[in-house]
Amino acid sequence: MARIDVNHIRHSYLPNPQKDADFALKEVHHTFEDGGAYALLGPSGCGKTTLLNIISGLLHPSHGQLLFNGKDVTRLSTQERNIAQVFQFPVIYDTMTVYDNLAFPLRNRGVPEADVDRKVRETLDMIDLAELAKKKARGLTADQKQKISLGRGLVRSDVNAILFDEPLTVIDPHMKWVLRSQLKQLHRRFGYTMVYVTHDQTEALTFADRVVVMYDGEIVQIGTPAELFERPRHTFVGYFIGSPGMNVMPVAIDGKTATIGSQRIELPGVPKAGAGAIELGIRPEYVRLGRDGMAVKISKVEDVGRHKVVRANLEGREIAAVIGEDETVPAEPKVRFDPVGINIYADSWRVEMGA
Amino acid sequence: MEKTWNNKAWFMVLPVLLLVAFSAAIPLMTVVNYSVQDTFGNNVFFWNGSDWYTEILGSDRFWLSMVRNLIFSAIILVIEIPLGIFIALNMPKKGWGVPVCLVLMALPLLIPWNVVGTIWQVFGRIDIGLLGYTLSALGIDYNYVNDPTDAWVTVILMDVWHWTSLVVLLCYAGLVSIPDAYYQAAKIDGASRWAIFRYIQLPKMNRVLLIAVLLRFMDSFMIYTEPFVVTGGGPGNSTTFMSIDLVKIAVGQFDLGPAAAMSIIYFLIVLLLSWVFYTVMTTVDAER
Repeated sequence: MARIDVNHIRHSYLPNPQKDADFALKEVHHTFEDGGAYALLGPSGCGKTTLLNIISGLLHPSHGQLLFNGKDVTRLSTQERNIAQVFQFPVIYDTMTVYDNLAFPLRNRGVPEADVDRKVRETLDMIDLAELAKKKARGLTADQKQKISLGRGLVRSDVNAILFDEPLTVIDPHMKWVLRSQLKQLHRRFGYTMVYVTHDQTEALTFADRVVVMYDGEIVQIGTPAELFERPRHTFVGYFIGSPGMNVMPVAIDGKTATIGSQRIELPGVPKAGAGAIELGIRPEYVRLGRDGMAVKISKVEDVGRHKVVRANLEGREIAAVIGEDETVPAEPKVRFDPVGINIYADSWRVEMGA
Repeated sequence: MEKTWNNKAWFMVLPVLLLVAFSAAIPLMTVVNYSVQDTFGNNVFFWNGSDWYTEILGSDRFWLSMVRNLIFSAIILVIEIPLGIFIALNMPKKGWGVPVCLVLMALPLLIPWNVVGTIWQVFGRIDIGLLGYTLSALGIDYNYVNDPTDAWVTVILMDVWHWTSLVVLLCYAGLVSIPDAYYQAAKIDGASRWAIFRYIQLPKMNRVLLIAVLLRFMDSFMIYTEPFVVTGGGPGNSTTFMSIDLVKIAVGQFDLGPAAAMSIIYFLIVLLLSWVFYTVMTTVDAER
């Protein structure tokens, strides 16, 4: 296991990158602590797979350095880095049995056959494929195949890190949950350094201790699931995490008061905002619907089972509010913003609030 | 599920049946017709039963040409299949090299067969041919007109030159269909170059290789034009393959009965061997 330092890494797929836009990874500087479980979360094309492939050595970065336990590995091959990686779509060796598929990475490294057998059996039990061990891998279903891929990633115990590139995409929801908790358990038991790429927030939030949110080739926030939820550093994190995402609306600030159209909102403090476009962000969970506050027009109520999502119009802006499953929408609906949930953004980045 | 029976469907397949009848079945029947009768001028036919078959199957000439044919097919398969795989593995996967290589590979396939024969016939001549002249100048005793071994070497080289491209193109098609993730996973798993070939590339080429072997076998077993142009079946009978012999009997000696009988036997052998190849390769495929 290793601590991984990503040292000012930039990467472009073009031979001669000039502008910032030419870079798939603009600049990433971050340390993955030894034994941490990280999720790289972001929309498609934000550079998360690029970053993962740079860590595993499938890609060599255009600029910057990569350190494993303080040792420069930037120019080393995948094999020399001793990394395990699981890909989005199942990669299996068709002609081998399930057992041989799992034994393959070990045998390639000249592990004694007795150890191979022990490790493979252990892994087979873990991924629940023990009874298929002697079967050819080609006849299996997609999720069995992906379990083999996962198994090949987990079978080596001496790896520096295990990387997952959206590994559960092809697995059906129930199995997803089971496998995710197994991975989590494994992490607790063996303390692997794990980096898990996904665009699914639930997956990221349940798997990881720390979530790294990426957007447009940059890391926008690193934090625990709670931090990401309560204090999104960038409006993108607000939109991207949570369902529905954060309500963000342009406001004018005057001391401890924010103004939207004709409505005034008391803030918990004085934002230290300079120039730039000022926005107020509040999660639907902190929008209180009742008989006092700002008047809104309700456009839609979506019942999603555990709670209801109310879509409303406040001063010409669409906002969402979450209310309890048994609550009802009052006749003349008004909303209040719970001060705890209010964040102020200047040019999309969060600003602190003073007393 | 309940099947719907509708006899109108037969009308739908009728055109195909007619086409196949006129292009294959009926001509084949005329050959069958010739093979069981003795023919004289003025369309005079006498029933001859299985006499022609017995004659052909009992003649050394038939068996010798068949053995030559089998040896020829075996040699070119042993050379062309591995060579084709090797070239395909080393062809570029992207960039400007891809179209260049593909065009270069396709060129021999586009040349008419008798022209291929003529090219090699001239190429191998010791007085003016580049190959023949160079070899003689180097002091190597090479003369495909007089020496059976040299004639065989020339015909085999010619076939390898002409047809390896086909194997290359088929294998290449199989190789480019392998997703990148497989190579990435192999790197992560620490697989050697040989392991990548053995466990990723070869299994993915399986199907196209089956087609390549079948096509090359059938083609080489029926080879006629090229060796006919280069050696005319000589020196002696050393490069007389079955089809060359067949034409000699049918057109040279005008023995239509024996020629027809030989055609039928020839046809059955090709059919049988192709079936054997197919069965063996698909069974191996299923077992793996």
